[in-house]
Amino acid sequence: MAAENDTQPGLTADDVMKVAMLGRLALSGAELSSLTQELSNIVGFVSQLSEVDTAAVEPLAHPLDSQNVFRADEPAASLSTEQALAMAPRHDGECFLVPAVLGESGSA
Amino acid sequence: MPLTDRSAAELAAALAAGEVTSAACTEAFLERIEAANPTINAFLSVDRDGAIDQAAAIDAARAAGKPLGPLAGLPVAVKDVLCTTDQPTTCASKMLAGYRPPYDADVVRRLREAGCVIVGKTNMDEFAMGGSNENSAFGLVRNPWDLDRAPGGSSGGSAAAIAADMAPLAIGSDTGGSIRQPAGLCGITGLKPTYGRVSRRGLVAFSSSLDQIGPMARSAEDCALLLEAIAGHDPGDSTSLAVDVPAYRAELDKPLAGLKIGRVAAHFGDGLDPEVAEHVETAFAAYEAAGATIHEVELPHAAYGVPTYYLIAPSEASSNLARYDGAHYGHRWDGTARPDDGGISSFDSPLVEMYCRSRAEGFGPEVKRRIMLGTYALSAGYYDAYYAKALRVRRLIRQDFLDAFEQVDLIGGPVSATPAFKLGEKTDDPVAMYLVDLYTVGTNLAGIGGISFPCGFTAGGLPVGFQLQGPALSEPLLLRAAHQYQQTTDWHTRRPAAVSA
Repeated sequence: MAAENDTQPGLTADDVMKVAMLGRLALSGAELSSLTQELSNIVGFVSQLSEVDTAAVEPLAHPLDSQNVFRADEPAASLSTEQALAMAPRHDGECFLVPAVLGESGSA
Repeated sequence: MPLTDRSAAELAAALAAGEVTSAACTEAFLERIEAANPTINAFLSVDRDGAIDQAAAIDAARAAGKPLGPLAGLPVAVKDVLCTTDQPTTCASKMLAGYRPPYDADVVRRLREAGCVIVGKTNMDEFAMGGSNENSAFGLVRNPWDLDRAPGGSSGGSAAAIAADMAPLAIGSDTGGSIRQPAGLCGITGLKPTYGRVSRRGLVAFSSSLDQIGPMARSAEDCALLLEAIAGHDPGDSTSLAVDVPAYRAELDKPLAGLKIGRVAAHFGDGLDPEVAEHVETAFAAYEAAGATIHEVELPHAAYGVPTYYLIAPSEASSNLARYDGAHYGHRWDGTARPDDGGISSFDSPLVEMYCRSRAEGFGPEVKRRIMLGTYALSAGYYDAYYAKALRVRRLIRQDFLDAFEQVDLIGGPVSATPAFKLGEKTDDPVAMYLVDLYTVGTNLAGIGGISFPCGFTAGGLPVGFQLQGPALSEPLLLRAAHQYQQTTDWHTRRPAAVSA
């Protein structure tokens, strides 16, 4: 992957594949090819921020610089199991059902 | 005059006076939707039966002498990014096709309490990512002023619904310009409130430090009416402001004498369409004639707004959209289809393969692009260079606005560099599409307010928008300044030929 001080940021197909796995996206061959080009262009575009001197500037994560907000620690109603499962693609009435968490892919 | 031609304020007065029933009003807009929507595609779903029932309930309550709020009985269109328990909530994504949320958004709850009739859910760019409404998984929206052109986005359905008289009021959301830009391109009025003014609970999250819900309507007066109903503190959104909601409509008639409006010379550089520039300058002159004074101000880091936005918003989006995992709700891979993977042949586990394939099938190209960009910007070794860098520039951009508002009350200028562009014109070039947000992203990055309203038409008959930006919680002034302009101009009352035909 490109180093931080590169002036010509570019992503390889290998970089894009790694990011796709981090982002949990399966990509087709055509998507891998188009995303490699598009992301290189976009990263090149956003890299113009390196021109700005921010040595003495703190990051601003939130426009209001707000503090933590607490509520009273009291029990309150929340979704019922039935409501929470109502839109689940697969469930058994009590739990969400998913493929095996361990083991090789393709064995689901 | 047909009921669909009247402003929300006029309809509200007629409803309150008993001159019109909500049933008649709702029926008129439903018929208009049924006539125009097959062409415009502004609505993804229409709840005819629910709307008729709600209208009848309001009429009965009024007949019984029950106290009703100013919006009671008025039809409202809601962008399909707000949760509604009784109507689908899809975010224009295959990922959420047919999804019914278990609770109403706080804004929807407030609309119901106010007695509004929610007629349907409006089309949008998928997960609010886009500036043309061409990223909807359920078909593009056509601009009522020219059916070959985009309505803007991402609240393109809400803007087109207002422009084509399909609703008197609509709810939009604005993360980088998604209320103001389509309002400008469709010739209507739209307000992006201060961050925290309107609760985000039940707004499907795109970029949580930038997203804000706001009103869209023909006029500033109608926007004021709607904002008054949806604004306010919500304990369910820790970023919502515990600040009283002003009586926005009561402020509208105060004159503008003494108002200081800033003008940013850099807004008028290369790339600004000459006709847009001319109408925007004419609007400045109208403000001067109304007693305001125009002052040159600078926003030195404004040119970095779009790249800053396109690091922060995708980063937050990649995190927010991690919730679509094929397990809890939304689309799930059927467990068998394994198309060409372009090299990804092994997944860590059957569970990870389900995640990856469900997301690959459920998300459209622009959503994937932004998840990828955000994941990259947040990944080890790049976080400081991209994401943290963007947060530092964000502080500089906000400081520019704080400094400018020491000198002026509001900042005026164009909403978009061009009038509505042709459908398909920018779809092959993501960076060109991102630049449509040039004049609007600063408002979101700074967390302040902005309003867009029509200030003229091109020779080709396309609306041109004017934008005013104001400090945090300046909504009363933004609405008043737009309303006063609309007292001496009639741009906001013009109707596209597609509507009157």
